[in-house]
Amino acid sequence: MDTVFGIQFKGGVVLAADQSNARSILVYQNNLDKVKQLSSHSAMGVSGPNADLVNFTEYIAKNLALYELANDGTKLSTKAQANFCRNELAVALRKGPYQVNLLLGGYDEKEMTGSLYFLDYMASLQKVPYGSQGYASSFCLSIMDKEYKEGLSESDALLIVEHSIKEIATRFLINQPNFMIKIIDKDGVRVHSFGADPAET
Amino acid sequence: MARRYDSSTTTFSPEGRLHQVEYAIEAINNAGTCVGILARDGIVMASERRITSGLLAPAKTSEKTYKLCPHAACNVAGLTADANILIDQARLRAGRYHYQYQEPIPVEQLVEHVCNYKQSYTQYGGLRPFGVAFLFAGYDEKHGFQLYQSDPSGNYSGWKATVIGANNQAGKSLLKSEYGSSSAEMADEGEETSPDVAGALRLAVKVLNKTMDGTAAAAEKMELFTMTLDESSEVVHHILTQKEAQEVIDQVEAETASAGDS
Repeated sequence: MDTVFGIQFKGGVVLAADQSNARSILVYQNNLDKVKQLSSHSAMGVSGPNADLVNFTEYIAKNLALYELANDGTKLSTKAQANFCRNELAVALRKGPYQVNLLLGGYDEKEMTGSLYFLDYMASLQKVPYGSQGYASSFCLSIMDKEYKEGLSESDALLIVEHSIKEIATRFLINQPNFMIKIIDKDGVRVHSFGADPAET
Repeated sequence: MARRYDSSTTTFSPEGRLHQVEYAIEAINNAGTCVGILARDGIVMASERRITSGLLAPAKTSEKTYKLCPHAACNVAGLTADANILIDQARLRAGRYHYQYQEPIPVEQLVEHVCNYKQSYTQYGGLRPFGVAFLFAGYDEKHGFQLYQSDPSGNYSGWKATVIGANNQAGKSLLKSEYGSSSAEMADEGEETSPDVAGALRLAVKVLNKTMDGTAAAAEKMELFTMTLDESSEVVHHILTQKEAQEVIDQVEAETASAGDS
């Protein structure tokens, strides 16, 4: 039921996800942050059961932190981080799979670009200019296909995000009133906007 | 005094030493010399080829230089059989890192992994340490060309130039005076600059000449290895042919002859 999507723009990536935490007919909360920060310049939007969302993202984030501690502050590139995630998903797949579908976005100082990776629970991995997970795909992908241009600016990307959210609000059966939108660029990961403050208990 | 404490690797002596580790280091001081020199544009590793018998079939590739992954190689001084185990470890680690991250392993991480493996044989299990010292040469994006030396204790350090194996002290003292101070590459400010690969090759041959003292320098008695980048920034591993090695030896001979004149 989760809606997660992301768009790469010139100099970064934008990630967006709905904020609903629900199971069956019950909504537990409406201010959940599903775009989890992994390192100083990367984050991933996660679709799936809350347990796996938390477990997997914290496991990856802490392992990335360990890498930096063990290796004199060396950071892993977004590509390396995405492949590390994929490997963890692949190993767990035939034991106790993580039921998470991800969009991993990051900014690399060396190339001065953002990059976006699509991973699913079966440990597939693909670098994409834009993408979405879940039912949202049926509504958003065609909008992104039409409006995305290579080298588009941050504001253009945010406009596409806005259009996508509007489409989902209009046409998707499940009501998703709140969206968390984060931007990753040379300054790191920052919250652009949210529907409901995750900090509010 | 040391007798009581030297049979177990996992016991300190009263002086705070691990005798087995020290004996392992001794074993390497009898092995064929290896010189490593970090150049501006690459790395040179030169080793002494000890031909123990004329009946020996020539080695397929090398018994001194081993490729660990596309961007790293090592030179061995010590027990070749022990070295083979560690080289396998290094190759596996490099391969697994690449599988996991889809990126080449940073050189220091590879060295540290091998060294941690060596260290565990000085602390657990009661097995003897590996009687091998390595010179690791590698290239990565973050730090460029790097040269590391490691010994049986599991210690390692980065070097601009170093020598392991027989007569390494003589070799090191020669490097101290000659590395970066030959008139060709002296900067105006008088500070030390690194040589280029060609200069490093000549210096390496000079060092081997010194450590092999009695024996005359000959191409079959040396193995010269270079690591450089090609035009597409790919790492190139190259063991010099007899002809190429002979050229370097000839150049060194000419240099020492003219130096003698002046």
